Amino acid sequence: MADLTINFAGIKSPNPFWLASAPPTNSGAQVHRAFEYGWGGAVWKTIGAPVLNVSNRYGAWHYGGQKMLAINNVELISDRPLEVNLQEIRDVKRNWPDRAVIVSAMVESTPEAWREIILQIEDTGADGIELNYGCPHGMSERGMGAAVGQVPEYCEQITRWVMEVARIPVIVKLTPNVASVVPPARAAIAAGANALSLINTINSIVAVDLDTLEITPSIGGKGGHGGYAGPAVKPIALNMLSSLGVDEVVRKSGLPISGMGGISTWKDAAEFLLLGASNLQVCTAVMHYGFRIIEDLCDGLNGWMDARGFQTIDEVVGKSLHRISDFKDFDLSFRAVARINPDKCIQCNLCYVACNDTAHQCIDLVDAGGKVVLPYRYDMRSNGRHEAVSTRPEPVVREEDCVGCRLCYNVCPVEDCIEMVEVPSGRTPVTWDQLSKSKAEVTTDWEAMKRYRDEVGIDIH
Amino acid sequence: MQIIKPEEVLTEYYPPLTDHEALVEANRCLYCYDAPCTHACPTHIDIPRFIKKIATENVVGSARTILEANLMGATCARVCPVQELCEGACVLGSDHKPIAIGRLQRYATDHVYERGIEVFKPGAPTGKKVAVIGAGPAGLTCAGELAKLGHSVTVFEKRELAGGLSTYGIIVLREPVEVAQAEVEMVRRLGVKIKTQMELGKNLSWDEVRSGFDAVFLSVGLGVVPAMGIPGEEHILDGLEYIEASKMNPHEMTIGSNVIVIGAGNTAVDAATVARRLGAERVTVVYRRTDREMTAYPHEYSFIKNEGVDFRFLTQPVEVISVDGRVTGLKCVRMALGAPDASGRPAPEPVPGSAFVLPCDQIVKAIGQAKPAVASLLGLETEKGYLKVSEDLETSQPNVYAGGDCVRAKGSASTVMAVQDGKLAAFAMHRKLVPSVGVAADD
Repeated sequence: MADLTINFAGIKSPNPFWLASAPPTNSGAQVHRAFEYGWGGAVWKTIGAPVLNVSNRYGAWHYGGQKMLAINNVELISDRPLEVNLQEIRDVKRNWPDRAVIVSAMVESTPEAWREIILQIEDTGADGIELNYGCPHGMSERGMGAAVGQVPEYCEQITRWVMEVARIPVIVKLTPNVASVVPPARAAIAAGANALSLINTINSIVAVDLDTLEITPSIGGKGGHGGYAGPAVKPIALNMLSSLGVDEVVRKSGLPISGMGGISTWKDAAEFLLLGASNLQVCTAVMHYGFRIIEDLCDGLNGWMDARGFQTIDEVVGKSLHRISDFKDFDLSFRAVARINPDKCIQCNLCYVACNDTAHQCIDLVDAGGKVVLPYRYDMRSNGRHEAVSTRPEPVVREEDCVGCRLCYNVCPVEDCIEMVEVPSGRTPVTWDQLSKSKAEVTTDWEAMKRYRDEVGIDIH
Repeated sequence: MQIIKPEEVLTEYYPPLTDHEALVEANRCLYCYDAPCTHACPTHIDIPRFIKKIATENVVGSARTILEANLMGATCARVCPVQELCEGACVLGSDHKPIAIGRLQRYATDHVYERGIEVFKPGAPTGKKVAVIGAGPAGLTCAGELAKLGHSVTVFEKRELAGGLSTYGIIVLREPVEVAQAEVEMVRRLGVKIKTQMELGKNLSWDEVRSGFDAVFLSVGLGVVPAMGIPGEEHILDGLEYIEASKMNPHEMTIGSNVIVIGAGNTAVDAATVARRLGAERVTVVYRRTDREMTAYPHEYSFIKNEGVDFRFLTQPVEVISVDGRVTGLKCVRMALGAPDASGRPAPEPVPGSAFVLPCDQIVKAIGQAKPAVASLLGLETEKGYLKVSEDLETSQPNVYAGGDCVRAKGSASTVMAVQDGKLAAFAMHRKLVPSVGVAADD
């Protein structure tokens, strides 16, 4: 059994999974139930400035029969009275001393307002504070949330106000609605924050209703951008997470990072850990399936860690970060080609059409006699299961022409049918960075590039 | 005694897919390129395309995709032996469950018929007139395709209702009459005149047809169930009539309590199903060969065994036993398989001294149909008793085309093959009637 406990900026929890600050952590009763299911911690739904909510708050993106690949929302921070929230936080923490109770906060941008809310939160006995610099809708129109997170100077200033007061760990939650999350992260570090978390939701319009022509969700006929979250945002979150992990300033600060954005399964969780998150927050998956998913999040992660020989979460954190690289440092001489396993191939020929129409035309359809044939060439009078199956050609990669783009690998519906095989290119390893220094002319002159290709034997068909 | 209501026991076997079921199933389709299901379909419906359209909720477009290749798509969705055709070729078949192509096709085509949506319009008039003899699947398809191309088409049908075997010969469990009639109406709305109770050689003369039309399509199907040539034959019921009665007049039917069905093809399966469902306590299929040679498909065999029908293989009827005009038994002899016969199947031969009597009170025969009689009537050349046709489905007489079961000298007779004949014949006739189109009209 791997040890799943974590100590995140001094906040301890029995597993790395916390509920993110969102509707699932709206009340004491919900958080209490979540802890009964085994959640390691919960970031309370943001408390702070008074708000009023609207109806039709959530839109969702469904694809290919799968519900909620992503959700978007225009719900604001907690609309329950501050006093009620503070009392319930106090009660939950008293009942669950071993779980992490973090309180997300957002108030108007004055030192007094922040000072007051921080003191109120600390008075509950909560383990930490998360500063919500990310809410992309509603609150940002009032100068809070993303309006702060998008301007590093504001981010730094408010964090300073908080750090002057706070005696418990403070996590700064970053918005993804920026060109780079690094400047706001550095600002938080400069102001003395104890930890970072990301990503908050992404600006989005999730759909237009084709019957009413209204925006989804329609709020009395109107709609607007809302915060996008769920499985579809995971790759964006992983990229932003890793951009912090490889940033010199963030690395040197040693600040732990809480990762979130589309974590639905233990596999997602492991990826976030590998790219530098040492705590994981979950929301949309819980909103889809309920608190019970914590069981497999822990069980699956534990199983994977055992199988890989990882004993603690710390051993996993950041394990893949050193592989994050820039294009200019990739080896241009590395060569891989696609290879289709004929025993596994079911001849759906999706690889063929993908390669032929949209990639590099290096998959052939080959008949039983080894002859290359064209699609749709059977006789009009030919029919029946036997004829259709027995005469069906199969896709074969012309490896000498394959550029190794990996599109066929991605479209193939069969597990382990197409493999990307590393093959010797016969060329000395070289990166673009090295090449552009040793042969600067190839970066600007196609003739020079052609000579270089001829010289080292690069043939693009 | 249990009261059996035909309208309850003879309803369509598979319920329609709900919108959600259709969506889920459609999304399971891989959208294969140059898909084997399309190759396997005798009419080559672009199956991945029509399924993808269901997935995108473009159901009318889905139905159009189906009907462009197969005007009788609603019938074929129900009666096609999909296990031997599209679904049998599905790439998911080996490791998973094949896509329910037939039921998705039914979902899409029912969608347009239930809502009265016109999928096609008649073409600009060409001034050419075509007669179609026989309003079964081949004839209706040919007529519809020709009307889409602008020809003036008249269909002559000897029965009271058009639709052929779709109307009369396929049990309601597989295809309700309304489905066949919806297809007839669709063809009618394309401007095709359908004249029923008009029979060639009776109230319709061949000269009239030849002189009044530029071309003719013969889709007359096959003849009656042939005589068995055994004593007491007059007591044996005709399987096709038995099925017809179950569709048209189920309340008037007399069903035995111990029924024997002779033959083991699709019609025998249907007749036995009717007998069981309408109250026969015991139904036995008697066949002179074995389950390996029977023409019923494996899925039909397992279906009917689940219905509680018994099989007696290697059993040849030789005499109907009756008392005072009432059937009491069928005398049979046991058979053994010998050398292959003309059909390539081992010829069954009687075992001497093996006669025995199977008790029964009703006997139905479903031993195939007689070859079309129209050939000798019209002086057309034949092949193995069927009308001989060219690649373009033209008979030995110029501008006289034929298709469907009456030309099925090779392969097995089926609705979908008939539809393909009707479609290909229509294109060939169009090329001939309007030479300027060249091959453009062809698929």
